[in-house]
Amino acid sequence: MTYPPEIVAEAVVGGLLTGSVYALVALGLTLVYGVLHIINFAHGALLTCAMFAVWALVTFTGISPYTAIIPLAVVFFAVGYVLQRYLIGPASHGDDSNILLVTLGLSIAIENALLATFHADTRNLDGDFGFQVVEIGPMLISRPKLIGFAASLIVAGLLWLLLKRTDTGRAIRAVAKEKLGARLMGIEVGHIFGITFGLGCACLAVAACLLMPSFYVNPRVGNAFVLVAFTIVVLGGMGSVPGALLGGLFIGVVESLGGLLLGDSLGQLGIFIIFILVLLFRPTGLFGARA
Amino acid sequence: MKRSEWLFLVALLAALALVPLLASNLVINFLVTALIVALAALGWNILGGLGGQISFGHAAFFGTGAYVTELLQLRLGANAWAAAVAGIAAGALVGLAIGAAVFRARLRGSYFALVTLAFAEVLRILANALDVTGGASGLLLPLQPGAAHFQFDQRSVFAWIGIACVGAVLLLTRHMMNSRFGAHLAAVRENEDAARALGVDILATKLRAITLSAAITAAAGVFYVQYFLYLDANIGYGTWISIEALLAAIIGGVGTMAGPLIGALALHGLGELTRGFAGSITGIDLVIFGLLLVAAIAFAPAGIVGAWKRYVGGRRNA
Amino acid sequence: MSGGDAMLEVSNISRSFGGVRALGGLSLSVAQGSITGLIGPNGAGKTTMFGVISGFVAPDTGSVTYRGADITREPAHLRARRGIARTFQIVQPFAGLSVGENIAVGSYLRHAKPSEARARAEAVARRVGLGAMLDQPASALTVSGRKRLELARALATEPDLLLLDEVLAGLNPSEIRDILPVIHDIRASGVTILMIEHVMQAVMALCDDIFVMAQGRMIAEGKPDAVCRDPQVIEAYLGHGAAARMQEAGNA
Repeated sequence: MTYPPEIVAEAVVGGLLTGSVYALVALGLTLVYGVLHIINFAHGALLTCAMFAVWALVTFTGISPYTAIIPLAVVFFAVGYVLQRYLIGPASHGDDSNILLVTLGLSIAIENALLATFHADTRNLDGDFGFQVVEIGPMLISRPKLIGFAASLIVAGLLWLLLKRTDTGRAIRAVAKEKLGARLMGIEVGHIFGITFGLGCACLAVAACLLMPSFYVNPRVGNAFVLVAFTIVVLGGMGSVPGALLGGLFIGVVESLGGLLLGDSLGQLGIFIIFILVLLFRPTGLFGARA
Repeated sequence: MKRSEWLFLVALLAALALVPLLASNLVINFLVTALIVALAALGWNILGGLGGQISFGHAAFFGTGAYVTELLQLRLGANAWAAAVAGIAAGALVGLAIGAAVFRARLRGSYFALVTLAFAEVLRILANALDVTGGASGLLLPLQPGAAHFQFDQRSVFAWIGIACVGAVLLLTRHMMNSRFGAHLAAVRENEDAARALGVDILATKLRAITLSAAITAAAGVFYVQYFLYLDANIGYGTWISIEALLAAIIGGVGTMAGPLIGALALHGLGELTRGFAGSITGIDLVIFGLLLVAAIAFAPAGIVGAWKRYVGGRRNA
Repeated sequence: MSGGDAMLEVSNISRSFGGVRALGGLSLSVAQGSITGLIGPNGAGKTTMFGVISGFVAPDTGSVTYRGADITREPAHLRARRGIARTFQIVQPFAGLSVGENIAVGSYLRHAKPSEARARAEAVARRVGLGAMLDQPASALTVSGRKRLELARALATEPDLLLLDEVLAGLNPSEIRDILPVIHDIRASGVTILMIEHVMQAVMALCDDIFVMAQGRMIAEGKPDAVCRDPQVIEAYLGHGAAARMQEAGNA
């Protein structure tokens, strides 16, 4: 079976666009991993939460999902800070597998609280987002996805600047490298952990705003994203920001081409198999993670 | 394990065995479901509790046990009991295969948890997509009551078989904890380097644990399909059973012998209670379970069993 | 050192970590029935050397021969089965298990039956002075208790060659006095011992032969009193020129 080149090209471009939002989701995850060395299993549930927040804001106040980006990012930053500083940190007594279980417990609680509130129905944003397309050469590209792509790159760039150029960023990198040393330098590690977790959640809020115009939300939608995000993170090397970006784009294309060639459900299969193979054979990531 | 704890367990199982004589079908249904989860959790506990390798993907074994049992009967006309044995063996084999791949690559902790989840998801997607497993519409085992078919008119018979299975696994667990293998498994959980220095073959110990663990959880899957007669990918390989097995073991008391059984009964009892109070709001019971998991990690690392022991110990010393 | 009756032969071992050369072509041998000391200043590579012998560190070059068999590439647990046991400088108790259970992990190596393994563990515990602590959690032990536990677990594997990595470090003089007879007793029971030690008085009292390492190289070997007077050894320990100053002091 062969496909005309413009269909393949459209699938590749579509995959890159979706992948950029995946990258944003993965960016939050990899940042938290890089600094706290923990796997936040609640990442998917928090994304679902953010997507419902976007849906509710847009549906009940009528604002544009793109206007919601900044307020929602601020709120989710605060939520993340509080969660890490006052719940996940204290509850897990500093033990890695405890953190995994605590965030698993949180994800179960959040996902089902959403289920109890919104029921299992799938919701979309009202409006004609789905029909907005941009013509590029022979291809028709979804406008919300194009905006998502641009905005994801901008946010990744801002995050990178924040890490490299600000005092907070320097403190975060110091804690990531050497927790004890950072503490001795007078950096309050618990505070930095909270900020990092908050930044991770803010990334989710932005991703939710960018996703909603072209996607749907239901209480289980985060599950589909969370393993994709983990796959991106291990592909890019745990803790690597550029790795997450490249990994996200790559996975977006794999999923899109996989879906085209094998059907949607088997396209997902490809992602899980990549995840397993990378963990088994290249646990440091494909794109040369930091030593 | 102290004599008093052992006596308590025997008394508990005996009390459970009396329930079907006195209670309605609804209660028996509750009991059988709790026993299925207890069995899956007892399996999880061998690897996750005693061996310290926390799995998020025990659905891989549960589903394999269930699917192999059902498919052998449906597609090859096999005898139900033979199919059940084959289902358990297939679950054990999948455990061994996943273990061989994952433990050879030295994946531990969070990586182990995530990769087991990914394996279970791969199996779920395959079972959902392939024709042989009935795809998304699932598989129905025809109703054929009769001991020869491992199906019974009386639900109470299932309850008693379930209790017998749980009892047998508890005996096996006790025997294992008191054996060389149990000592090796505890050593691997506590400190791999020290264990190696004392001649413990880490890989072989973990492989034995995951194979045994998978076989027991597969038995829960076999039991599920014989009782409910229906199976689809989201039941067999869905995350629900991975999560319930883990929750029951951890909330009941991770690494303790009785923990998974107590946890499964407590969780399902609590689930029924919240459904009684909150009515038709779906998910509310799982909200509580999720928060309980957080609370157990924060305040009661040895779960209900550990908290009870502390309470009894405190009273004795007072 | 007479090569003929060497139980352990380590030859020409080197190993680098990320470009830093930790071991640079070292050799040593341990005679059957002896207590051999491995000494040297901090950072000399002694513990890495133990790792190579016990199978925890793979050398880049060189070979390890135990009783005539090349075990250079053999995994650690198989070396333990051959009869090589080690302790860890930084104690590694199974913190969640009792003292008795800790030791039984060792005794299970030679005794598959739980009752036998537990009886052996109890006997070993008494031998190192932990007989009263069997049911205590390992995490409740003092520093000296943990050192004894390291020793007990290794002994419980019934080794022929015992590698002791600073079992005396961190103990006070009276605790050291208590444990020296235990080590003598172990040797008397036919176990060959290779020990890393900083407590020189103990090294002098216990060892038949001594190897001295500095900066990943072997700088001296011989009988304790000879090694003590070796100028290279004195320099390595006390710094450049120390040997000459001591010579002068001795002549004055």
